[in-house]
Amino acid sequence: MSQAPLPAQAAAEPAGLAARAAARVAEHPTLALTGILAILVLATGFVEPNYLSVSGARNTLLQAAPLGILAGAQTILMLTGGIDLSVTMIATGSAYVAANQSPEGAVIAILLGILVGLVVGSANGVGVAVFRVNPLIMTLAMSGILLGLFTAWAQTILQGSTQMGPFIKLLGGGSFLGNRVPYSVVVWALIAGGLIWLLRRTGWGRLLYAIGDNEVAVRLAGVRVWQVRITAYIVAGVLGSISGILLGGRTGAVDLQLANAFLLPSVAAAVIGGTSIFGGVGGYTGTILGALILSVLNSMLTFLNVGQAIQQVVYGGIVLALAWGYAGLTRRA
Amino acid sequence: MAVRRGEVHALLGANGAGKSTLVKILAGVHPADHGVVHVDGRPISFQDPMDAMNVGISTVFQDPALIPDLTVRQNLQLSDIDEAAFTPWLTWFELEDLDLDALVRDLPLETLRMVDLGRALARDPQVLLLDEITAALTADQAERVFALLTEWREKGRAAVLITHRLAEVRRICDRATILRDGRNVALFEPNASPDATNGAATGTMFDVDEHDLVEAMLGAEVTELEERNESDSLSPHQPGSRSASDEVAFSVRGLTSGDVVRDVSFELRRGEILGLVALEGQGQERLFSLLSGDRSPSDGEIFVGGRQRRWSAPYDAVGDGVVLIPGDRLLALLPNLPVRQNLVVPLFSRIRQWLGLPADERQRVRNAIDRLSIDTRAASQVRRLSGGNQQKVAIGRWLVAGFRTLLCFDPTRGIDVQTKRETYALLRELAASGAAILLYTSELAEIPLVCDRVLIMHDGRFVEEQDAARATESSLLTAAHGLEVPA
Repeated sequence: MSQAPLPAQAAAEPAGLAARAAARVAEHPTLALTGILAILVLATGFVEPNYLSVSGARNTLLQAAPLGILAGAQTILMLTGGIDLSVTMIATGSAYVAANQSPEGAVIAILLGILVGLVVGSANGVGVAVFRVNPLIMTLAMSGILLGLFTAWAQTILQGSTQMGPFIKLLGGGSFLGNRVPYSVVVWALIAGGLIWLLRRTGWGRLLYAIGDNEVAVRLAGVRVWQVRITAYIVAGVLGSISGILLGGRTGAVDLQLANAFLLPSVAAAVIGGTSIFGGVGGYTGTILGALILSVLNSMLTFLNVGQAIQQVVYGGIVLALAWGYAGLTRRA
Repeated sequence: MAVRRGEVHALLGANGAGKSTLVKILAGVHPADHGVVHVDGRPISFQDPMDAMNVGISTVFQDPALIPDLTVRQNLQLSDIDEAAFTPWLTWFELEDLDLDALVRDLPLETLRMVDLGRALARDPQVLLLDEITAALTADQAERVFALLTEWREKGRAAVLITHRLAEVRRICDRATILRDGRNVALFEPNASPDATNGAATGTMFDVDEHDLVEAMLGAEVTELEERNESDSLSPHQPGSRSASDEVAFSVRGLTSGDVVRDVSFELRRGEILGLVALEGQGQERLFSLLSGDRSPSDGEIFVGGRQRRWSAPYDAVGDGVVLIPGDRLLALLPNLPVRQNLVVPLFSRIRQWLGLPADERQRVRNAIDRLSIDTRAASQVRRLSGGNQQKVAIGRWLVAGFRTLLCFDPTRGIDVQTKRETYALLRELAASGAAILLYTSELAEIPLVCDRVLIMHDGRFVEEQDAARATESSLLTAAHGLEVPA
């Protein structure tokens, strides 16, 4: 450790410009992310010139909206030092319920879908905050339970419609202003505004960061930490539900694999956006950029047409590099 | 300091005198900045604990050095101890029933201390270093340790014993070295052959009075300090400046928590600063966690403003205006967050305060920062602030949130002189404005400066109350050892 500064200083002399740029970027991490996003968009445009168009942007945003909302759930929980591995099962379950209830009308379908997130989020919160189960274990187990329950219910009480109603389809996949702006992006924007307000301008947001940084200190300061944790898991559950309903609306029909593929990207988007898994550090602005970066990356790999296996490897590698590079940048500050 | 073969050497000193640090140097845990350790006349330099063990020094540290999630047997294997060498010592300590396959975390503290000791003995050392070994033991176990030390001495081996129990020193120690502020200041020996190696004062062991040991721990500095206090702006002898009223803000009756806190009662009045003095490990930490609602007492009552309260969490205590500044700043601070985030946490303890921020949040933070003159140059992460500024943040949190009764646990430990003075002045100011303050401090010189009355705690009980203005370091330390203070 004591020898580390010497080579670093020596390297800083010739690379003074780069170091200064790095310091600047470290001060404003979102700048770096925006830069990466821009580079990725241009690279994708290079691969497929048609991508740089209104419809290309629309498709990316359509993909990014459900992911961004799921990643919002992870961001809230990761700030407290928690995580929700059941969030994609919540999304799938909510979509399933909403599709099943679609014949009853969109309002009932959506409300019952969100109820799934409320109930499961509360259960996760009670398990983590009151019974002190490790969040990884709690939500992983919950994910298994949900999969089992919905598999069984799909044959019994949820038998019937697996098609979303027209309103939900419009919400999840439709656009307005001459097919330019997807409705789901409007929903995402509203949620993003709400989350950013919650995290920056409310006491609850302050407590999320505080608990992630030092739970004992928050408790001694007279806060009932369990209340904050439970509400965080409930909010995360509801976000999972909304995301699932939008996703189901986009695909039109639901099955039990609906949101499966989004679990790791939801964590990755938050991590790329600079939210620490260990809690106390981060925010939703970075997560939004993280979700956009992952969506663009996905489009690029699709256009490259390299086959599913290679896509997965490249995707994983880039996510790892981004997360690692970002962590290095912020530690320097 | 020299330890002879065939002696039990006591190492004494007040809190923070450097006893444990010295032991860690001798055990090879910390390297020495200067100076040499001689073993059997040969200079030895220790790079790590193995070196010390190889020359026959075996140590039992203040806290159990066992891995909680392993069994006793696995712990022995880890430290390369032969079970055959270990079990005879268990028999000696009357622990032959101990299940070696029991998890360390499931064993009571006193058993662990004996396991620690047995493990040290199993290395068949020439020199045994025991840091507060008797503090956690029951009386009969301590007897077994004393019997061991007596035999140890007869075998011509050496032992160094750190303890706060002066009666033990008189009973089984041959000589005693006194440390103060990291220096050895006195050596007590049975036959008063002047040991002039370090020019320290010398005395005689067997007719040594326990009070003389206490005096030596304080040394000549007492008078020096008292002179300094006289010239201090916060002169202790100004009864007029004291603001205590008759209104009892906070009181406890018969507060008990296991064996650690026993039958503690006191009253704390508005405008009063009540001092609390104790040696390390006399139950003061537990007492503060009871008073702040962090733990529930096993018996006894807590009253706030004359009404009995039952608290299940700090939330309840804070709701009653009883707030804690913990001794360990790690328990108070959010190290990676800015000063502002640290200061505002208590403003959101109730759910109805969660949505939105108080309109005057910024103003309140600014006021606290100004009042405490917190240096905010490194304000973006509290862990980068100096210790003194971190302490100010811990105090400032309650200036922002407001309180009626303040529980302060050793607020000036490890902070600079300037911040100490500011802290004293602030506490007096808060008391003058009607707050009730309970102040535990390990710095005895603070007591007459800041407090109105002082309670002395020993072995979980309050043993004495003194008038703070007349309390001296010697009277406090004497009482803290559980001894009668001469009239």
